Amino acid sequence: MHELSIAMSIVDMAQEEAERRNVRVEAVHLELGALSGVVKEALLFSFEIACDGTPLEGSRLVVKDVPIEVYCPACNLPKILASMQWFCCPDCGAQTAEVIHGKELVITALELKQ
Amino acid sequence: MSHEPRLLEVRKNVLKQNDVIARALRDRFRSQGTYVISLVSSPGAGKTTFLEKTLTLLRPHCRVAALVGDLATENDAIRLARSGAPVRQITTGTLCHLEAAMVEHSLNDWNLGQLDLLFIENVGNLVCPASYDLGEDLRLVLLSVTEGEDKPLKYPTIFNSADAAVITKIDLAAAVEFDDLTANANIQAVRPGMSVFKVSAKTGEGMDAFLQFLAQKHARSSQKTTV
Repeated sequence: MHELSIAMSIVDMAQEEAERRNVRVEAVHLELGALSGVVKEALLFSFEIACDGTPLEGSRLVVKDVPIEVYCPACNLPKILASMQWFCCPDCGAQTAEVIHGKELVITALELKQ
Repeated sequence: MSHEPRLLEVRKNVLKQNDVIARALRDRFRSQGTYVISLVSSPGAGKTTFLEKTLTLLRPHCRVAALVGDLATENDAIRLARSGAPVRQITTGTLCHLEAAMVEHSLNDWNLGQLDLLFIENVGNLVCPASYDLGEDLRLVLLSVTEGEDKPLKYPTIFNSADAAVITKIDLAAAVEFDDLTANANIQAVRPGMSVFKVSAKTGEGMDAFLQFLAQKHARSSQKTTV
């Protein structure tokens, strides 16, 4: 399980950003791709532990799931995969390995304490 | 009185630190002409035996070396060293995967200019290694016939992140009634177009086809570097 070390990186990065801007953090917003290799539940659990004893203690992690988007060469369009066990266009069935989105592991915003 | 949350937009890649090191490693490998192959699989898929065979077969023809990651023991490095190639162990302690910084650190005094091919054997794990770029040119995912044909469907992320698949221990295929067509269909489902090799490191079966593929990849990458 690498989610704890990833959670610790998230806390470090958020804290650094908060200190630099002199703000206090209520929640960290994160985009998490289905192909990131990170398990959401494990990350949420780890985040609480990673926050302990830091200025982010008590803050929340708000995760936005990013589905896998591929490029379909037959339709010539980006498409959202119906299943990660089946890398093919949900409309025409053409196989494709060209991933556009789904690998994200990105802090997108800090929600500030009022 | 607004209860709208105040959002401060930032856009920071959580794995940026790893990716920066991986990119620097890739540049360094390219500039030195070293082609780098990483191996991922579940524990027991036969990575070390496959790598030992690969190193032994390659050594008369080119300059090869290996880094091998493991949680605790140095057993794999000792086994791989029997091939005669330089081998170094990366002991990760409790960490379940290799990160670019560990590769960078373990290479510090190696002269890459004297290496044609460098293999990096990751810790046995089909989940965590998928997230970490090690600066490799080619990622191989290994699957042994004893694991069952549906492994790619159970771990699509790591299979999708790999460039080629190697089915190992095919000398045992009949005994475990391994269904070759199903396994291949499952690999293609999660990574369309992926090259698949069937090998037995024990008998040597299938190793030639794999080594030819590797030689082609290496040659193509050298051309790119010199052009």
